[in-house]
Amino acid sequence: MYRETEIIKDAPQFGEPGFGDLVINVGPQHPATHGVLHLIITLNGETIKDIKPNLGYIHRSIEKMCESLTYRQFIYVTSRMDYLSAHINNHACALVVEKGLQVEVPERAQVIRVLFDELTRIASHELWWGAMAMDLGAFTPFFHSFRERETINVIMEETCGARLTMNYYVPGGVMWDLHPDFQKRVKDFITLYKKKIHEYDELVTGNIIFQNRMKGIGYISPEDVISYGCTGPVARGSGVHSDIRKVSPYSIYSKLDFDEVLETGGDSFARYVVRIKEMHQSIKIIEQLIDNIPEGDFQAKTKAVLKLPKGEYYQSVETARGELGVYIVSEGGTTPYRIKFRSPGFSNLSALNHMIKGGKIGDLIAAMGTLDLVIPDIDR
Amino acid sequence: MFIKDYIKDIASALKSLATGMKMTGYYFTHHKEIITEQYPDNRDTLVLAERFKGEVVMPHDENNEHACTGCTSCELACPNGSIKIITKFDVDAETGKRKKAIDTWVYHLDLCTMCGLCVEACPTNAIKMAPTFEHSVFDRNKLVKKLNEDGSKVRAGVE
Repeated sequence: MYRETEIIKDAPQFGEPGFGDLVINVGPQHPATHGVLHLIITLNGETIKDIKPNLGYIHRSIEKMCESLTYRQFIYVTSRMDYLSAHINNHACALVVEKGLQVEVPERAQVIRVLFDELTRIASHELWWGAMAMDLGAFTPFFHSFRERETINVIMEETCGARLTMNYYVPGGVMWDLHPDFQKRVKDFITLYKKKIHEYDELVTGNIIFQNRMKGIGYISPEDVISYGCTGPVARGSGVHSDIRKVSPYSIYSKLDFDEVLETGGDSFARYVVRIKEMHQSIKIIEQLIDNIPEGDFQAKTKAVLKLPKGEYYQSVETARGELGVYIVSEGGTTPYRIKFRSPGFSNLSALNHMIKGGKIGDLIAAMGTLDLVIPDIDR
Repeated sequence: MFIKDYIKDIASALKSLATGMKMTGYYFTHHKEIITEQYPDNRDTLVLAERFKGEVVMPHDENNEHACTGCTSCELACPNGSIKIITKFDVDAETGKRKKAIDTWVYHLDLCTMCGLCVEACPTNAIKMAPTFEHSVFDRNKLVKKLNEDGSKVRAGVE
């Protein structure tokens, strides 16, 4: 630890580079960081010179924990990574285990999974929309987005038994069949969504203060998106074709009719527009499937004890934030030898310094809001 | 040109402000479309979803019998070790054979993450998830529960 005199001795003198710089800490407990993210920001006046994200405050060693859990048990832990798209995380894990076991998932289970994935995506984007508007000082949008999100949560609660960390997907299908009210509830949700979605544009998108704070802020070029490994709406906001549902389709996504949303702005506003349009695409997918849920089993027959053959397995899915990859090395036992999660939040956060360097500190919050960071996903 | 852009900016700002305020006014005058939801204080009339995963319970019938054979499937399925089953040997009154049965079904609610894997694993449907949501207690020892009631035994015919 530095004593006081040593800090003064180390500080740059007048004329030296770095003189007059102010180092401030945003977080780890800060309302604008959506969790325990610690940013060490070097400021010159109000201009940002450098941002160092300091991670690890919510590190729970999920990857190591998974090594001692069986292939049925480890799925529930991944709900705690990116808790806003818990279903999609579970989907990735279920897919990779099914790939190893070479289990054919029933058609009904696949449709149920895609339906819940898209509902999760809408719920996640709605929470993001409210939270981002709250970052910029608007409190009302949060309630508006939570009205629709609550409807989705009720659907989840009824079928999966939980509202956030569902653990509904199991290797070979889903845990239980759909609740009898499911279709009616989803149709009610679509009606509500279509009736109320114009409020989002009226309240926030069209607002001139909001647009001035978003346009041209946090620009990242397509080349930098690729070199930083950003995925999801961050990449698509810069015009990089990166939707895993289109690039390497999994489950039944190749049979569905939906568009990959691409914007070319590369700034915060483009990322905002991508997420808003993605919600419409998710609604389009749900509308295609909700009346066409095939009859049949909801779960394939699997053995009581799952053992993956020796080898390496990888599967990536498109979560609400980007590409989530699950990599399993199996030695042939009941538990994985090694698990690695490629989480979208980590790569997206690493581009933050590049995006905002030279900008103002107020822009940092706007740019960080559109990255849609979930800290437990970054730290795992 | 500058003046023209300046006036245009002001006009569009006022327009967007009016659009936002129009909606605020709509919700101000329509009290029935209230958005916020209250904490469920109405415990007696509150109906939670039947599948809601609140805690693990073991249903007993009117003869104080349950369906748990003590096979420890749930204990093996639990990822957190929140289930511990202590077994004993019962002597059958008619045949005189020693038979394995549960002595205590220990449930650590404080370790449980409500994943539902134990219910999924149970071969006799002896346990289920109950829709309760308020678990806070002042003493953490109260979260360690014994699910089988005193003097209960396995229902006849459950293997």
